[in-house]
Amino acid sequence: MQYERPETLKDAVGLLSNSKGKAFVLAGGSDLLVRMRGEYIDPDVIVDIKNVKGLDQVAKTAKGFSIGAAVPCAELGENKALKKAWPGVVEAANLIGSKQIQGRCTISGNLCNASPAADSVPALVAAGAKAVIAGPGRKRRVAVEKIVTAPGKTCLEKGELIEAIELGKQAARSGDAYLRFIPRTEMDIAVASAGVNLTLDNKGVVKSARVALGAVAPTVVLVKDAARAIIGTKLEEEALDKMALACAKACNPIDDKRGTIEFREKVSGVLAQRAAKIAYARAGGK
Amino acid sequence: MGFDAAFEKKKKLNSVGTRPLRPDGVEKVTGKARYGADFNMPGQLVGRILRSPHAHAKIKKIDTTKAEKLKGVKAVITAKDLPDLTDGNSDLYDVLDNCMAREKALYDGHAVAAVAAIDAATARKALKLIKVDYKILPHVTDVDEAADAKAPLVREGVFTTGVDPKPAKPSNITNRSQYGHGDVEGGMAEADFIVGRTFKTEQTHQGYIEPHACVASVNSDGNAELWVCTQGHFVYRQNCADLLGMDASKLRVTSSEIGGGFGGKTHVWSEPVALALSRKAGRPVKLVMSREEVFRASGPTSATSIDVRIGAKKDGTVTAAEATLRYTCGPYPGMWAELGAMTAFAPYDFANVKTVGYEVLVNRPKVAAYRAPSAPMAAFAVESAVDELAGKIGMDPVKFRIKNAAKEGSRASYGPVYGPIGIGPTLEAAKKHPHMKAPLGKNQGRGMACGFWFNFGGQTCSNINIGEDGTVNLAVGTVDVGGSRASLSLVAAEELGVPYEQIKAVIGDTGTLGHNDMTDGSRGTFSSSLATISAARNAISIMKERAAKMWDIPVEHVEWENGHAVAKGKKYGNLPKLSVKDIAAKAGRTGGPIAGHSELVADGAGVSFATHICDIEVDPQTGATKVLRYTVIQDAGKAVHPTYVEGQYQGGAAQGIGWALNEEYIYGKDGRLQNPGFLDYRIPVCSDLPMIDTQILEIPNPNHPYGVRGVGETSIVPPLAAIANAVSNAVDARMTHIPMSPPRILKALETEAAE
Repeated sequence: MQYERPETLKDAVGLLSNSKGKAFVLAGGSDLLVRMRGEYIDPDVIVDIKNVKGLDQVAKTAKGFSIGAAVPCAELGENKALKKAWPGVVEAANLIGSKQIQGRCTISGNLCNASPAADSVPALVAAGAKAVIAGPGRKRRVAVEKIVTAPGKTCLEKGELIEAIELGKQAARSGDAYLRFIPRTEMDIAVASAGVNLTLDNKGVVKSARVALGAVAPTVVLVKDAARAIIGTKLEEEALDKMALACAKACNPIDDKRGTIEFREKVSGVLAQRAAKIAYARAGGK
Repeated sequence: MGFDAAFEKKKKLNSVGTRPLRPDGVEKVTGKARYGADFNMPGQLVGRILRSPHAHAKIKKIDTTKAEKLKGVKAVITAKDLPDLTDGNSDLYDVLDNCMAREKALYDGHAVAAVAAIDAATARKALKLIKVDYKILPHVTDVDEAADAKAPLVREGVFTTGVDPKPAKPSNITNRSQYGHGDVEGGMAEADFIVGRTFKTEQTHQGYIEPHACVASVNSDGNAELWVCTQGHFVYRQNCADLLGMDASKLRVTSSEIGGGFGGKTHVWSEPVALALSRKAGRPVKLVMSREEVFRASGPTSATSIDVRIGAKKDGTVTAAEATLRYTCGPYPGMWAELGAMTAFAPYDFANVKTVGYEVLVNRPKVAAYRAPSAPMAAFAVESAVDELAGKIGMDPVKFRIKNAAKEGSRASYGPVYGPIGIGPTLEAAKKHPHMKAPLGKNQGRGMACGFWFNFGGQTCSNINIGEDGTVNLAVGTVDVGGSRASLSLVAAEELGVPYEQIKAVIGDTGTLGHNDMTDGSRGTFSSSLATISAARNAISIMKERAAKMWDIPVEHVEWENGHAVAKGKKYGNLPKLSVKDIAAKAGRTGGPIAGHSELVADGAGVSFATHICDIEVDPQTGATKVLRYTVIQDAGKAVHPTYVEGQYQGGAAQGIGWALNEEYIYGKDGRLQNPGFLDYRIPVCSDLPMIDTQILEIPNPNHPYGVRGVGETSIVPPLAAIANAVSNAVDARMTHIPMSPPRILKALETEAAE
C-alpha cells in the first residue's frame, strides 16, 4: 500500500488521477481507517490531505463561509462566527462519533463516505451548502444534496476530491437546527434525522424553508413538500402535522438492524417538527 | 473441608470490610497490565480462523493446497488436524466440534479451518485461498420456530430426553426438565385473580471488552505452554489436553489479566485451535479474535420464550404459579432452560408451583454462561406477571412480594429448604428506601423486581509463603475477575493480623497450585477466601511452633493474637511477643521457610437475593427511554471489600439495563448475524446510565467464618423485569418483549392505543 501526504491541491489531484488500483482520500480517517481495520476495503493508494495548504482553514468569505476539507468537526464547534450563523450545521457536526472522533473527522469526509445516516449532511442540505470539487478538469461547485448518488457512491470522478464546503451568509430572521434519533445517548448512528433551515418575515411567519431527512432513504432527501407545509405559517399544530405527513411520504426506508420502516416514517416527522421549532426560535419567532 | 468453616459470630473483623486500593490498580490504569493479547514469544506466528458464512451447511470438501503453498504460511489446519479423541464423551465432542466444524457448519461464524503465518497480512491472504465446498441446508434461528415439529433439524437423531415415553420423532428439543411441588391446577382453582402471558427475550452477548486471546507454544517433546485470557486456567488445561490428546501434566497454562468474562471465558473457543496450529507449525502461535469473531462465534446467552401463569387470592396470597420456559442452546445441548426453570420462582414461598424447561437447538453460536445464566430471562417473565397480578388485586407490588417471599425454612421451588436468606430483608429495605417515595413526572414510571442466584463453591487450592522479611505471598488459583486479589489480601491480613500492604497476592499458574475450579458461579471470593483462611491458619500454627522454638518453651503455651505469637501462662507471660517479621527473620534457624497450604472443596455457598428499583422516562413520540434513577439492594452475607461489592452490584445492573433496552442479536433471513460489532450491538455508554445507587445488606452465610456469600451474579437478575415494569407503568401498556428498543416500545404504544 502506498501512502502519500501531498502539500498542494495540485499534487493531491495528480496522485489521485494517476493512481493505479483503489485510491482513497484520507482526511480525518474516522471512516477510512475503520473500514480498513474491519477488512472491508484494501486500498492501494491513500492520499492524506491534512497537509495540503489551505484545506485546514475555515475562511470567512464575501459570500459566507468556506470550510476546508481537512478541518476537523471539533474546530467548527470552536468557531464562534460559524456557530452563530449556522448553529444547526455545527451541532450536527458535533454529534458525529465521540469527542475523540470529532477531533479528527471532517464534514467533507462525512459527505464523501456517502452514508444515508451521515449526521452533518441533512443539516448541510437544509442550509443549502455547496461542495467545491477540485480535479484534473475545471473546479466545480455542486449542491451538497447532489453529491451522494447511492449508499457508498458519490458523483466524484477519478482524480476528484472535495476541497471545501461553502455555506452562504445566513439571512436576517433565520435559523437552522438538526436533530437525530439514536437509541443511545452518543457514540451511535442515526436511525432517522432531520435538518431544518428557515427564514421568517417581520411578522414571524415562515417565509422560506428547507427540510432535509437522513437515514430514511438511500440518500439524504430534501423534502420540498415538508417545507411547503410550514411556509406561510407560524408553525401552528396543523402545519406541523402536515409537515410530518410530508416527511413520512418522502421516506423510502428499509427494515434493518437499526429500525423498522414504520418507525422511521413516524420518527422522521417527529424530528422534523422538533427541529423546525428550534429553528423557528433561533430565527426569533415566538 | 479440612477446617471448620462455620460462621464465627463473635469474631471481630479489622481488615475485612475496609476499602483499600486494589493491588492491580496502578498497572491497569497505566496500561502496563498484561492482558491476553499482550503476551509475545520469540518466533511467534499469527493465527487466523476461517469461519462459515452459512447458518447451516454440509462441508463437502475443504481444499487447503493453495493456502499451504503461500509463502510465509507455516501451518493450515482443519478438523482433520483435531482428530476425535473424545471416546464417546458427547459433551467433549460438542466442544471439539464447536472449536472446528467437522461435518457441518452449524452457525454463521462456525470455524472450518485455520492458518498460522509469519504476519497478519499473509494469514489473511491464506484464508482467502482456502476453498470450502458447502452444501447449504435449511436453517432455523428463532426459538419458537425451532421448537416447532416442522422445523429443519439442526442436528440429526435428537430425541427429547426427560419425556416418557421417549418421543418417536427427532426434534430440536434436546431435553425437558421439571421442578416444583404441590397441585398447580388445584391452586389455580382457588385463585380470585390469574395473570397469564407469554414473554420473549432476544439473545445477548456478555460484551466483555477484551476479545478472546492466547499464545500457544507446543514443543517437539510434547511439553506445551498456553498464555490465555480465561476465567479458569485449570479447566482450560484439562479441556485442551483432552481435545488434543496431550498429557495435562505437560501443558502449563498461565492466565492473563482479564478484561471481562461474565461466564463467556469459562468455555474454550480458539485455544485448542492455537495449540493445534503450534503443534503443526512447531512454533508459538498467537490467536486473537476480532470483535466480529467474538460476536459471531463466542459466548452469547439464550434467546427465550416463556409462558407464565400466576394465580392469587384477593388478600394477595399466591395460590399457584407455573412457567414453561424455552431457551436456545445454539447447536449443542445445554441445561439453560433448566437453570431458568430452577430460578424462576426462587424468591417465593408458593404452595403450588411448577416449572418446565425445554432446551432448543438453533443455528446460532453455542450458548455460554452469562452472569447468573438463564435467571434474568426467567425473572423478567415471572416478575412482570407478579407486578401485573399485584396491580389486578390492587395491592402495592412491594407488599405483595413481601407477603409471598420465601424465608428460612421455606421449600424452594427448585427443591431445597432455605437457610437464612435475604429476600425478605431486601424487600423491607426497598419499602423503606427514599427512592420508593420520590415523585415521578410526566411520562415517567417506576418499576421494581427481585432476583435470585444459587452461588457455587467447588475445588480450591491456595498457598501462603512468608518471606524472610515477613512479606506474605498469597497464591490463589481462581482468576481475579472483579477485584478478588484485594479481597483475598484483606482476608489473609485479617487472619494473620498483619497490615493489608504486607500481603502480595498473585494468581498462580497451573504448574504451581493444585486444581482450582473456574471463577464462576460467584465463587471466586467465597471459595478462595475459605482456602485463604485455612492456609493462613495453617501458617499460624507453624509460626506458633517456630516461636516456641525461639523461646524454647512448649508450643501449648503459645497463642496467636493480633499478628503476634504470645507466650501464655505464669512461667512465660513475661516473654516479649513476636511478630510475623520477628519469626520470619529467624526462620532459617528454626526449621526453614514458613508456608501455609490449603486444599478444599468449598461447600455451602449461601444463596443470594436482590431487589432493584428503577425509574424510567419514555418519549411517547419516539419510544426513546431514559433511565432516571436506579437502586440495587442485595444481600452480600459479608462484604469483604465493600467498594468491589458495590462495583458488582452496579456492573450487573448496567449490563441488565443494556439487555433490557437495546442489546440483541439480529439475524437476517439468510441466518447471518447482522450486527457483530459495538456500533449496532448497543451496550450502554456512560451517558446512558444514571449513578446506580447500592445498598449492601449482610445476612451472614452460616457456612463461612465471616458470613461471606457470592455477590457477582445476582445483580443482573432483576434489571430486565424492573425496567420492563417501569416502562409498562410509564406508558400504561405491558411490555412483553426484551429488549424494549424504541421501535418495539412505539409499536406497543400504537397497539395499546388501537385497543
